Amino acid sequence: MDLNIIWFILVTVLFIGFFFLEGFDYGVGILLPFLGKDDKARRVIINTIGPHWDGNEVWLLTAGGAIFAAFPHWYATMFSGFYLALFLMLVAIIVRAVSFEFRSKDENSKWRNTWDWIIFFGSAVPALLWGVALANLIRGLPIDETMTYTGGFFNLLNPYAIVGGVASFLLFTLHGAIFLTLKTTDDILESAKATARKLWLPSTIVLLLFVVYSYIETDVIAGFGINPGVVPIVALLAILSVGYFLKVKREGWAFIMMGITIAFSTISIFSGLFPRVMVSSTNPDWSLTIYNASSSDYTLGVMSIVALIFVPIVLIYQSWTYWVFRKRISRKSELEY
Amino acid sequence: MDVLALARWQFAITTVYHFLFVPLTLGFTLALALMETQYVRTGDEKYKKMVLFWGKMFLVNFAIGVATGIVQEFQFGMNWSEYSRFVGDIFGVPLAIEALLAFFLESTFLGIWIFGWEKLSKKMHLAAIWLVAIGSNLSAIWILIANSFMQQPVGYHLVNGRAEMTDFFALLTSGHVWVQFPHVFFAGISTTAFFILTVSIYQLNKNKNQEVFKSSFKFAIVYGIIGTIFVAIIGHSQAQYMVKVQPMKMAAAEALWESENPASMSLFTIGDETKREDVFALKIPGALSFLAYNKFDGEVKGIKNLQAEYEVKYGPGNYVPPVAISYWTFRMMVGAGAAMFFVLLIGWWVAYKKNFDFSPIFYKILLFGVSLPFIANATGWIFTEMGRQPWTVFGLFRIEDSVSKATTAGEVLFTTIGYTVLYGILLIPTVYLWRKFAIKGVDAMNIHESNHSEN
Repeated sequence: MDLNIIWFILVTVLFIGFFFLEGFDYGVGILLPFLGKDDKARRVIINTIGPHWDGNEVWLLTAGGAIFAAFPHWYATMFSGFYLALFLMLVAIIVRAVSFEFRSKDENSKWRNTWDWIIFFGSAVPALLWGVALANLIRGLPIDETMTYTGGFFNLLNPYAIVGGVASFLLFTLHGAIFLTLKTTDDILESAKATARKLWLPSTIVLLLFVVYSYIETDVIAGFGINPGVVPIVALLAILSVGYFLKVKREGWAFIMMGITIAFSTISIFSGLFPRVMVSSTNPDWSLTIYNASSSDYTLGVMSIVALIFVPIVLIYQSWTYWVFRKRISRKSELEY
Repeated sequence: MDVLALARWQFAITTVYHFLFVPLTLGFTLALALMETQYVRTGDEKYKKMVLFWGKMFLVNFAIGVATGIVQEFQFGMNWSEYSRFVGDIFGVPLAIEALLAFFLESTFLGIWIFGWEKLSKKMHLAAIWLVAIGSNLSAIWILIANSFMQQPVGYHLVNGRAEMTDFFALLTSGHVWVQFPHVFFAGISTTAFFILTVSIYQLNKNKNQEVFKSSFKFAIVYGIIGTIFVAIIGHSQAQYMVKVQPMKMAAAEALWESENPASMSLFTIGDETKREDVFALKIPGALSFLAYNKFDGEVKGIKNLQAEYEVKYGPGNYVPPVAISYWTFRMMVGAGAAMFFVLLIGWWVAYKKNFDFSPIFYKILLFGVSLPFIANATGWIFTEMGRQPWTVFGLFRIEDSVSKATTAGEVLFTTIGYTVLYGILLIPTVYLWRKFAIKGVDAMNIHESNHSEN
């Protein structure tokens, strides 16, 4: 296995980490105005992700940095190609980050309500856009022989990508609801449970629809032939089992299975791309691959050593923070304002 | 305007705005770590109150600093994709390492610190804020390693029209990094000192018996004097380094049209940029040679001579950066820095010799003085980036080759307006919260304390 493949795998791992962790952050943010019936409930809900959301977001920055360092042409083509979509995502990320810090620093209820809805918007927009982006990546984009994106913003809004967006939106929202069932108590816990059960069926249906649609719109699953391989099947079995575990009130298991759904869906998409990183719909020969888009072996080698040392350290201390804040949060908890 | 001009405006606006907040993060995390160390060592509740109050002020800043920083990482790909292709092999590495080593550390332990007052022992909680301080300043090192490559490329070779890394350690040990980083580090300390000073004097003016703000004021005076002295000393070695590796930037900073030996330093010049000559100039003979070499003779190259030299080396073209902007931003930076030092000296005298019996004039000076570090920070960066023009990577890659090919002028205009409006709007709640806490003083922590029983 060469360094290019290792770095493709590492980028996939960073996205899995990001979607798994930030996925429930987005979900919690989306559900905040609906499950938080009063200010106290909203503070409880924010506190479930309060110590973590910022660290979770760094997974995206690291993934972005890793793409830049390991596959500069991928970074250049994708970021300049998804221009307006990324701008929208950045606006959402900015206002969301600010809202978490600002909302409780003033007692005025209008002030807090405004920031809470900004948290909703700032979580909902990226949750949707990630699915749109991934769907477009595997569907292919107009890219010319100089690795330059030649489409516009509305090329990205095709029906297939929109189904992908709805799927990621629903999956992250469900993920957030299940996360809340593990972190809250009493009335908030009950409404989180009910929400998770309600969200499961539409999430599963849209995910299935996306898989079927992928057969038609992309070469990703067609590449597998009749046997799609074990990875997408695990993802589908996992989302089915989430429904079962929610029904029998085993939320811990539901959360684990949700994690597996997200991880294996991400792997399915990235393994469908492999060895390409951006598919050119103009001419298959103009696609960006892990070889023609990559950095030199020297750079990949340096980055491998750095990643080998520091990724495990990050995993250890981030896991530790979840251990420190492992207790459920109730209305009676000492809340951070 | 074309895509290039718009992308440059966007970079300038978003970077200057982002860098309003970054120095405060660098300096504040360290200040909080020092204050909390005092609290843990002495057990004095006064220090805990300081940590809580300034911590709140800092968090308002941190949120917006982090959020606007994400735009910085993304816009290299969005607006400068051709630059990213050319330099990604090298430039992407410090950016990725910055996220992996610094951002994770900073964000994760900040979460622990904010929410962990009751969950962790005092010492663990203290360790958390130290890790945040280390993380944020580490991030400054890595981003400046990236920027230093643009000012003085090292450890690379050119393959198929792009720069590839040949020596990672050459990047880390680049002389440019180790004059630039300390300059930024101490600028962060100085900026934070002024912020603390201004809020403290506002509180002390209302009620002179507040122990918390007297201690904060004294802390800020010492912090700021150390900061400004080191900014100046390192700034001097930076200038000497610049004469060696970017002589054109130095020549532009001084509006030095012709090489001189000994070289005189401009006190005040009105020049004609197109004719490349002085209209009116007041100069100190030999002073520029002294700045460059610590002795009163030695040649400093002029703009016209360097232009001729570069035409031979790089082919025809204009290699002169905007002289008026370089000249004035350089002077504003140095002037604001010097003014800060003198304000701090008066502050020292007020605190230590006059026991806080300050005059209304000094009070007013400080309320305006808080703008000085922000002026110095912004003009310093405008100078260092403008003085490098027309290059994005000095001597290797030009700005007009750097811009994205996939974007249209309309798109870049749209996002530039978008960021400007959004950033403008975000200043309103930021300033509102800062002002509110500054007025309320230690009372602002009441909500916090009702939720946290003292240990």
